[in-house]
Amino acid sequence: MLIEATDLALALPDFSKKRPFRPAPTVEILKGLTFAIRRGQTVGIVGRSGCGKSTLGRTLVRLHAPTGGRLTFNGTDITELDAADLRPLRRDLQVIFQDPLSALNPRRTIAAIVADPLQLHDVADAPTRAREALDAVGLGRPFLGRYAHELSGGQRQRVGIARAIALRPKFIFADEIVSGLDTSTQAQVIALLRALQKELRLTLAFVSHDLSVVRHLCDTVMVMAAGQIVERGPTARVFDDPQHAETKALKAAIPLPEVDRDWLGAPLRPAAAVI
Amino acid sequence: MVELSGARPRASRPAPRLWLAGGWLALLALAALFAPFVAPHDPLAQDLFFNRLPPFFMEGAEPGYWLGTDSLGRDVLSRIIHGARIALIVALVAGVAACLLGATLGLLAGYFGGWTDRVISRIVDIWMAFPPVLFAILLVAVLGTGLLSVIVAIAVIDWTRFCRVVRAEAMQQRAMDYVASATVAGHSRWGTLVKEVLPNVMPAIIVLLSLEMGIAVIVEAILSFVNLSLSSDAPTWGGMISEGRTSIHQAWWVLVFPLVTLFLTVLAFSQFGEGLKNRFDPVLR
Amino acid sequence: MSLLSIDTLSVAIDRGPRLLRGVSLSVSPGEVRGLVGESGAGKSMIGKTIFGVLPHRARVTGGAILFDGQNLLTLSPRARRQVRGTRMALIPQDPLTALNPSRRIGAQITDRLTKIMGEPKKTAEARARHLLAEVEMPDPDRVMAAYPHELSGGMRQRVLIAEAFAAEPALIVADEPTTALDVGVQKRILSLIAQMQARHGAALLFVTHDLGVVAKICQSVTVLFGGTVVEEGATADLLAAPKTDYTSALIAATPRYDRPGETLRPVPPRVTAELALAVEWADRRAGHAD
Repeated sequence: MLIEATDLALALPDFSKKRPFRPAPTVEILKGLTFAIRRGQTVGIVGRSGCGKSTLGRTLVRLHAPTGGRLTFNGTDITELDAADLRPLRRDLQVIFQDPLSALNPRRTIAAIVADPLQLHDVADAPTRAREALDAVGLGRPFLGRYAHELSGGQRQRVGIARAIALRPKFIFADEIVSGLDTSTQAQVIALLRALQKELRLTLAFVSHDLSVVRHLCDTVMVMAAGQIVERGPTARVFDDPQHAETKALKAAIPLPEVDRDWLGAPLRPAAAVI
Repeated sequence: MVELSGARPRASRPAPRLWLAGGWLALLALAALFAPFVAPHDPLAQDLFFNRLPPFFMEGAEPGYWLGTDSLGRDVLSRIIHGARIALIVALVAGVAACLLGATLGLLAGYFGGWTDRVISRIVDIWMAFPPVLFAILLVAVLGTGLLSVIVAIAVIDWTRFCRVVRAEAMQQRAMDYVASATVAGHSRWGTLVKEVLPNVMPAIIVLLSLEMGIAVIVEAILSFVNLSLSSDAPTWGGMISEGRTSIHQAWWVLVFPLVTLFLTVLAFSQFGEGLKNRFDPVLR
Repeated sequence: MSLLSIDTLSVAIDRGPRLLRGVSLSVSPGEVRGLVGESGAGKSMIGKTIFGVLPHRARVTGGAILFDGQNLLTLSPRARRQVRGTRMALIPQDPLTALNPSRRIGAQITDRLTKIMGEPKKTAEARARHLLAEVEMPDPDRVMAAYPHELSGGMRQRVLIAEAFAAEPALIVADEPTTALDVGVQKRILSLIAQMQARHGAALLFVTHDLGVVAKICQSVTVLFGGTVVEEGATADLLAAPKTDYTSALIAATPRYDRPGETLRPVPPRVTAELALAVEWADRRAGHAD
């Protein structure tokens, strides 16, 4: 097992409810999750917005510190490691962010952005390795000197992927990485991820609200609602025979590209009832 | 995406204001640096036979006194050139000092947040409650007149301007995912601050610094005007304006030429900053 | 006769790229027509041109927009404002920025009724309350007095739908109204829009990049690429038997949870390149060559 979470909990301070001279009250975002992620596996984490799926991902790579339970990575307990102790582990815990425009430093070139983590971890020949990573995502030499705002959305997301894979990490958390993309670009990025999965034997936690994308990419799925895992299992099983109402609702909410008069449902109340 | 033929990349714009403003500042800097060689006369030399000579384009002008002389017969052009020395020293030293102090504190407050932010922000609030000009006069009165006091006064008063803007800017950048991404890469908090956040706050700092240099020139002039800067003999633009005021009906040039120089210099500083930002910021280029 | 008929409409940035290159399409009264395309296809630009809210430095370089038989582009600004205020409405993409944060919901819905239609305040408010009930807002009275930040994204989108239908417009342009929303909320909002449309009978021009959404809500669809119309037809026909390579490629690129075995194929570069060439060729022939 690469990642094991036992009763993992996270509470964050809620500043909107803070009163003067008192500490902000906390809200529970993750309420005791227990699961494991096997090496080489792609796990889909799905749920509505606000269910805690992105927060879970950020906790797995320790951008948040858990406030309860235990989290181990590759046999090491990382629940309470501080920033300095985590630093050597960072090269194995990477993230692809949702909004690449925000995740790429606007004042650094693409080559510098991808080479930076390599240089930080003293990888020999960082510029070459960065170029290889960019090649792997289909961005050749002409892109090296460009800035993020000069790229299209799909190209930016590729840079994000290149940065994450450049270190050959053991684990990558991908946070809604195709939701902002055009259909065709989305298909390109999915195809790219599938190729990289095979080639690099990536272990991936893929957070998304789009079940269709998850179906195409993931081996197993965890369905979350209100900070808890309500259903999980092999992707095919969860899709073909969903058990929990939330899973069924999520599945039913995806509009497939085929005409279906009943999909929108009958009007909840007849027009006459509204005065 | 396929690029359609209609979509051309934006050509980089020429930057006339950068060159104009930069040119004026360079001219001023050269004049200040080589003032003893450039200035046609000794700025302190009085000659009562030659007092209130008009500038060269007016009737009664004396060759060699291009911008005329003041009521004590001192050459206006030479005094402006020597005044540039003081103006530029104050602009540079006070501007940079205010910038270093304010930007550093602002960066820390905005980036680290929490207690750091609360302490620094409260200090700024209290600081800004003092009326600035009175504060400056008070400071100079305590420190004694002189170039150093003027510089200290400006830096001590104006750092809050940097602090507030840089704090807001740093907070905004902090929320961006590239900062989280630097953490993921394994950067320390300080490393992230210096390598990732600072370059993105820099354009704002540069613009502020250029504005501040202009403001420093004005504040120095104001302090000279109220006789709190250097000795009234020393050629400062503010001092010249102050003296010119008394003889405005007889010799307007004594007031107008330093005033125009001051105006152009302050304008040049702000335009130079904007121009630099537009020219060299990769995001705007 | 069609309600809206756009004829070879072209829009370009001054001395810059062309955004629309001779787009023609029509919408019948009460029809729900989808406008699909990738980013840069010009789908949102059509709505912007209809409302006369083009981006900075963009202007119409040719064509006509006939609405109720009148060419909107040649109307006086005053007459155009009148048409826009009384006969059309917009459901915007981002419900978070589309409402004025410092004014109450009620006032924002009744604005159009009282200021443009000249209805008395009382009737307008009663109508607003009625509309909020229609979009299934719990406790319309409370919502009328609320400020936008007190409502969730989905709630705000409901308010905007109510606002759009308030003046009984003949045409509503919905500009990616569910893109910013969660899938679960998206379905509710889509069915609300469909419900309201069926009840009030306005024609709907539905801009989206999601063929799935088109399939569920639109009767007919126009596919755009690079500012030109690639294909159009009844939704069922177009999805079942697309006539162009581009449309079929777009369908093949859409992931479906019910067909996991199928590999997703991005739109092949050949297809887009051919289209881009065709667009350029058409441009040259029209004398727009660079």
